[in-house]
Amino acid sequence: MELNELKKIIVEALGCEEEKVTLEASLMEDLEADSLDIVELQMSLEDECSLTIADEELRQMKTVGDILTYLNTHTA
Amino acid sequence: MNGLQLISTGSALPRRSVSNEELAQMVDTDDAWITSRTGIQQRYFCSEGESAVSLAIAAASEALRNAQLTPQEVDCCICATVSGDFATPSVACMVQAALGLREDIPVLDVNAACTGFLYAASVARGLLCGNGGRYALVIGCEQLSRILDMTDRTTCILFGDGAGAGVLESTQESLYADLLGARGSQAICAAGPGSQPSHIQMEGRAVFRFAVEAIPRCIEGILAKTGLTLDDIDWVVCHQANERIIDHCIKKLSAPAEKFYKNMSRYGNTSAASIPLALDGLRQSGQLRPGMRLLCVGFGGGLTWAGTLLTWKGDSHETA
Repeated sequence: MELNELKKIIVEALGCEEEKVTLEASLMEDLEADSLDIVELQMSLEDECSLTIADEELRQMKTVGDILTYLNTHTA
Repeated sequence: MNGLQLISTGSALPRRSVSNEELAQMVDTDDAWITSRTGIQQRYFCSEGESAVSLAIAAASEALRNAQLTPQEVDCCICATVSGDFATPSVACMVQAALGLREDIPVLDVNAACTGFLYAASVARGLLCGNGGRYALVIGCEQLSRILDMTDRTTCILFGDGAGAGVLESTQESLYADLLGARGSQAICAAGPGSQPSHIQMEGRAVFRFAVEAIPRCIEGILAKTGLTLDDIDWVVCHQANERIIDHCIKKLSAPAEKFYKNMSRYGNTSAASIPLALDGLRQSGQLRPGMRLLCVGFGGGLTWAGTLLTWKGDSHETA
């Protein structure tokens, strides 16, 4: 997945400004996501990428870059 | 089996409303946070002399009055609650005594948490069909303030007390459909009576996910069962747990937001009382017309869920 594609999903799920969504951006601090936002993002990612993200794995993803790395190692 | 139609509603709230600002003096939270994260601005908590039973009696009495029925005409009385005053007698039996309902009818409580009112309606339908009655008095009431952990800011801000009631009439012609389900889990948990204080505990993330999957499943299930589309539905009345749950589902279903009734800003999550309070809110604000189709969706502790299609007869019944 490309960063631009992920950006769209994140903006849609979190309702944040697109320019804030950088590789280094922290989901909870920079993008001000709370625990329910993270669940919404998790569900969007699972739908878009046809995979299941375990809660423990999700908890380790702190930044946009962490998500991108995860997706690119778990999708064909 | 006959269908059911909703012919009247009633509701009751405690005297004391509690704003977000007031809660912020008890736990570390603030109004902006609660409002933006939940859509809740205030809730009601019982004070001295008020309880789940007193609210249920007031709501039920109003629903009967609005239906222009006497207590003798009620053929079954069911109350949905998880916070009744006693393990026994049931809230429904206390209502029976207070209103003077007949003794030769089934009177019972149903525990399906936030889905309780819809479970109760389905039980009422079965009892009316089995026993040959016509009118069911169905109530949802809660005194959740009694079982809140006022030191846990993730749960105590969410819930409130209240009661709603409806009179359901068993008729052949009314379009009625329901779909009930459960998945036993302690994701939402409140201990029963015992030596330890009972507090509501909730796995917020897991419950959110459960809820946003349950609502579309119930809506689509009822539409498939009846051959209707959302265009044929006048109001979608979801359990009022959190505005974000409903908004998520509107987005996911690409559904018209204006059909989804919301009142959690005033009451918070009142569990079993939430759907009948919403139905009474629609009636009080003049937003119900005879023949309107109401798709109610409940989800919550158990875990349980239900989708129920009810027809509002309302005014046309009163003039008939």
